[in-house]
Amino acid sequence: MFDRERWAEVLESIGKNKLRALLTGFAVFWGIFMLIILLGAGAGLRNGFSYNFRNTATNSIRIMGNETSKPWQGLPPNRRIDLEEADIDALRHAIPGIQHISGQYRVWRGNSTLRYGMNTGSYGIRGIQPEHRHLQHQTILQGRFINEVDEAQDRKVIVIAEDCRQELFKGGDPLHEWVSVNGIPFEVVGLYAFEAGGMERGQRSPVYIPLSAAQKVFNAKGLVDDITFSFADASIAGAKQAEQRAVHTLARRHSFDPTDERALWVNNNVENVGTIGRIFDGITAFLWFVGIGSLIAGIVGVSNIMLIIVKERTREIGIRKALGATPANVVGQVLMEALVITGLAGWLGLVLGVFLMEGVASVVPGSEFFRDPTIRINVALWALFALMVAGALAGFIPARRAAAIRPIEALRHE
Amino acid sequence: MIELNGIRKAYRTGANVLQVLKGIDLRIGPGELVSIMGSSGSGKSTLLNIIGILDSYDSGEYLLDGMLMKGQTETENAMLRSRYIGYVFQSFNLIGFKNAVENVALPLYYQGVSRRKRHEQALAMLDRVGLKEWAHHLPNEMSGGQKQRVAIARALIADPKVVLADEPTGALDTRTSAEVMQLLTEVNRDLGKTVLIVTHERDVAAATQRVIYLRDGVIENAHLDPKSLTTAMDGVRVVNKPAGDVR
Repeated sequence: MFDRERWAEVLESIGKNKLRALLTGFAVFWGIFMLIILLGAGAGLRNGFSYNFRNTATNSIRIMGNETSKPWQGLPPNRRIDLEEADIDALRHAIPGIQHISGQYRVWRGNSTLRYGMNTGSYGIRGIQPEHRHLQHQTILQGRFINEVDEAQDRKVIVIAEDCRQELFKGGDPLHEWVSVNGIPFEVVGLYAFEAGGMERGQRSPVYIPLSAAQKVFNAKGLVDDITFSFADASIAGAKQAEQRAVHTLARRHSFDPTDERALWVNNNVENVGTIGRIFDGITAFLWFVGIGSLIAGIVGVSNIMLIIVKERTREIGIRKALGATPANVVGQVLMEALVITGLAGWLGLVLGVFLMEGVASVVPGSEFFRDPTIRINVALWALFALMVAGALAGFIPARRAAAIRPIEALRHE
Repeated sequence: MIELNGIRKAYRTGANVLQVLKGIDLRIGPGELVSIMGSSGSGKSTLLNIIGILDSYDSGEYLLDGMLMKGQTETENAMLRSRYIGYVFQSFNLIGFKNAVENVALPLYYQGVSRRKRHEQALAMLDRVGLKEWAHHLPNEMSGGQKQRVAIARALIADPKVVLADEPTGALDTRTSAEVMQLLTEVNRDLGKTVLIVTHERDVAAATQRVIYLRDGVIENAHLDPKSLTTAMDGVRVVNKPAGDVR
């Protein structure tokens, strides 16, 4: 490999036929270039979609009450099912491997007015439990989130986000200030990071208060709008099982048919993520297939040219054999020439492809459909590996042809 | 040095079988300078190829320096060629994109000699054949006689025991032919190499110690005296065509 003589001969041979080497190399260059672009585009799509899930625990299930569609034990259909605070504890005990659970009560099912001094703003008020922060990946920038003591003592505390701080406090320090929520004073204890994206784009941040306080202050009558919980077994089967346990538990408590799919609205994130993941796995496999296909076209080109080169140099190879070249010497020479052409062209394609995708990533703003179309280093390494295999394959047949040349060819007078 | 017993060789082209060598028995001792003559199609080039381990034979046995040459792998053949045999061809067979010194050094490359040493030895060998000033010229910048001297230097560089020359003067004019023959004679006399020359030309054969005369795949005379060549050849019509050797 580091034989100077062999390098010299390979470069000599390529240098003598620059145009030929260039055209041959271009096919390989294009193959790798397209492979990188395809994989980059695939990664962009995948990144865009997974961005939508960034704030939600992926091993979680969210349940809301709905309306029954089947009669059950003498009860008529079309009954409204309302989830209650007591359901939270029931689920906590019913589901094995449960990690976090939180009910959520949306005060007045819409926006309420927040006031601090002369400043007012309209925000959605969410009564939640402390574990909510694990289910929604909440980042606390300042202060703290709603904790167990707040919940146990029905404390009138509130956690707001940056846009609310700007509006009510004009950028000042909000901690331990009191804001009025529909006329009732709450103490600000924390500032959390709110990222508007996906379906929430353009929306204002919600503000959080303890579920217990929300119940008391806003007269919720023990009802909750939804219950979210996460569990240890994040497999599809595990998620299905957790979902079924939850539905059965609630069916017993609220007297509806557990097979009634309309009674509850269930959003199983594991299933969502799993389905989307499988779709993208399929897309990625297809892109590899197409990319490798165009790479193979390049390889066939190189192989073809190398065959012609071997044919052209039959006499020279014969002379070399008469002078003591072993088949291994001859094979090494041809293989290396193929590897140099594919390696160099492919490397160029790889670098250009990666540069292009990096460029696209920095120019095109990320959206929920396309974001950061750059390939990971291990994918690039796989592409390089494919390239080296390509080079070796391209050289293999011509090299064998060359090794089979009999030195007697050189002696034959022309 | 070279011992052939009952060597037979046939070429098959489709349904036709052409028996080229029909039982060759031959002994060539170390340090001999021998020429092989014969008309076109007499099998002399095939014989040289078999002796040079460039071609196989069907039956009989060939001993080179006491070793039986039969059934080696191509890699072993490469080693044997590199150690024992130096070739000189009619059409020189220099590699066109390599200069004189690189061409001469090539056999040493396949013996794994370091680059610097190869270069030194090749220069010394070029000096010996009187072409030191031409060391960095490409073959197409040299005359036929010069090219053949480079080829002889290349044949000698790996210090082989046997030098095989197939029509070494076939592409040269009379004057340069004489120079090349002078050089080959010196190789035999001063370096003690066994030299075997296939030729059509009486002048060339006359410069050797012994002439082996081949006709229709058998040896007609293995000990022809070169001095008697002119008279001995009287009854033989030698067709002197430099190219188109039939095998």
